[in-house]
Amino acid sequence: MSPEFIVAIVAAIVLVATPILLAGLGELVVEKSGVLNLGVEGMMLIGAVTGFAATATWGNPYLGVIAAAVAGAAASMIFGFLTLTLSANQVATGLALTIFGGGFSALAGKPFLGKTVPAFVQLFPDALALHPIWRVVFGYSPVVYFSLFMCVAIAWFLKRTRAGLILRAVGENDQSAHAIGYSVIGVRYMAVAFGGAMAGIAGSMFSMVMTPIWAEGLTAGRGWIALALVVFASWRPFRLLAGAYVFGAVMTLEVHAKAAGGIFSALPPEMWAALPYLATLLVLVLISLRRSAASSAPACLGRPFIPTA
Amino acid sequence: MTMPTRRTILKGGVALAAMPALSGLAFGQEKLKVGFAYLAVPGDYGWTYAHDVGANDLAAALGDKVEVTKVENVGEAGPNVERVLRELAQQGNKLIFATTFGHMEAAVKVSAEFPDVIFEHCTGFMTGPNLGTYNARFYEGRAVLGTIAGHMSKKGVAGYIASFPIPEVVMGMNAFLIAARQVNPNFVLKAAYISTWFDPAKEAAQAQAFIDQGVDFLTQHTDSPAPVELCERLGIPCFGQASDMAAFGPEQCLTSIVDNWGPHYIKTAEAVLAGTWTPQQPWDGLKDGGLIMTPYNKNVPADVAAAADVVKNGQIDGSYHVFTGPLELTNPADASLNISIADGVVPDDGVLLGMQAYAAGVEVIA
Repeated sequence: MSPEFIVAIVAAIVLVATPILLAGLGELVVEKSGVLNLGVEGMMLIGAVTGFAATATWGNPYLGVIAAAVAGAAASMIFGFLTLTLSANQVATGLALTIFGGGFSALAGKPFLGKTVPAFVQLFPDALALHPIWRVVFGYSPVVYFSLFMCVAIAWFLKRTRAGLILRAVGENDQSAHAIGYSVIGVRYMAVAFGGAMAGIAGSMFSMVMTPIWAEGLTAGRGWIALALVVFASWRPFRLLAGAYVFGAVMTLEVHAKAAGGIFSALPPEMWAALPYLATLLVLVLISLRRSAASSAPACLGRPFIPTA
Repeated sequence: MTMPTRRTILKGGVALAAMPALSGLAFGQEKLKVGFAYLAVPGDYGWTYAHDVGANDLAAALGDKVEVTKVENVGEAGPNVERVLRELAQQGNKLIFATTFGHMEAAVKVSAEFPDVIFEHCTGFMTGPNLGTYNARFYEGRAVLGTIAGHMSKKGVAGYIASFPIPEVVMGMNAFLIAARQVNPNFVLKAAYISTWFDPAKEAAQAQAFIDQGVDFLTQHTDSPAPVELCERLGIPCFGQASDMAAFGPEQCLTSIVDNWGPHYIKTAEAVLAGTWTPQQPWDGLKDGGLIMTPYNKNVPADVAAAADVVKNGQIDGSYHVFTGPLELTNPADASLNISIADGVVPDDGVLLGMQAYAAGVEVIA
């Protein structure tokens, strides 16, 4: 294997891993606050269509990413209002948000079918970004570097800041947090909005970086992988990072094995398609075997908050 | 004589209120209601898009005589397919098109339940008294693509992004490779089944993997324009699938195979309106307009375009058939599926529609 080929494989892994990392980080913060938002896929689609539309209209991909984040957050506020203010069932509402996101993005994306925008793939100058070897470090979209920065930032926020401690308290014991005077609902609204913004940016990866086109259902279920990844990572940002790259590696290995043919393609294609999900199941089993890890789920996850006093 | 009670007056009111609706039904019987069950969404810019264009052609051509209902995202298989087909029948559609291979079992079952409704199933092989099939000879288009790749590929290696190992796809690979080998006897086609018809990110990832591994030509049997868009950026020649994808690859998309369902939909609806419909299994090719090749890209040299036209026109006038023997097709996993075609023999359609064996030079194991 030549160094150039290894670089190509690493670049492919990074590309596949970034959107699920972004969406997973957002969902991790949401779940740490005790809310389960299954609408990641819907928010990603809304972000994807908004990012594409904004870039096509204004011609600036940075504005496109910002628009995608705003749209994702706005979509998450529908979920927030129903589940936090009205205490609706989080699972049902999240699923509804996914269905809504699919339909809304299809409608909003109609005028953009069959169009392309310039791919948002480069941050550094050509000498670095297109270098056959150094592109492994410098050859990515700004969104990729942003995802790595956010991973560090979120880990630091949750572990080292007072605000992060409050967020975790709200997710672990909402009644106690409420009793000592924190606004449980307020904290959760902020977490949900953040999760929506991150899912929106993750969606814009599809319509602006990986495949700069708009097509209905563009994200093709990656939002569900992001959700599984949060559990896979037992709610820890760096494990989430590792998990996203393991998923990315499995998916990249799949396409490269098939392109290589020969011995690799001995595994049936259906098996390859199932691999990421099998990996998730395996990890879930392993986690449930270790009692300390099983308790890493936020204690109030998925429970509506109704103050007792 | 009884006094009218409040209840009977209410009943009468309801009946009166229902009158316009009923009369609407009576007048509406002149209209043929036509239902379409779509695999995905028209916005896929591929397979379902092409069917949607056909459905719109039907509505435009027959105007007031038809009323078209479309159901999107029915899926390739599963209980949803049966439910959608049954609902379309219950809603009064008298002609229902099930537009993907996986709808076959549901079409067979539901058509038996509604003997007065006519069903047509795309790309399938099961028929019944009120169930016909229709298909297009996509492989004819693949032979044209293979000819172009055979002439233009410097390395003689092309990548084929495939969906599922079904005869239609296997036929496409073989036609591409056989036509390419008629130009370049050492041509190799690397094929990958990615287990989806539509997943732009995965299609693009597979395209990238092929390119990273050194193929210098790409073709796809999946429905999104993502591979074409990627090829345009990386300067790799490619071909559009199901609809005209030139907009995504102004320099690199050399031609597209366009599925042209409109003529069949119009013909079928007219037959149903006239009461002359019988279950048939039309398999239209380039000759009958079942598929259309878009004009060649300006980057196709004139001599290559001429060679491609020879193959295209040969299939229209019947002088060329890509699967003419001698031909040995093998399935590495199951030798009973092997096909041997003798010198000069053109296999019949049954052989083609059951094709699950690969020509030498197609590199895939599945």
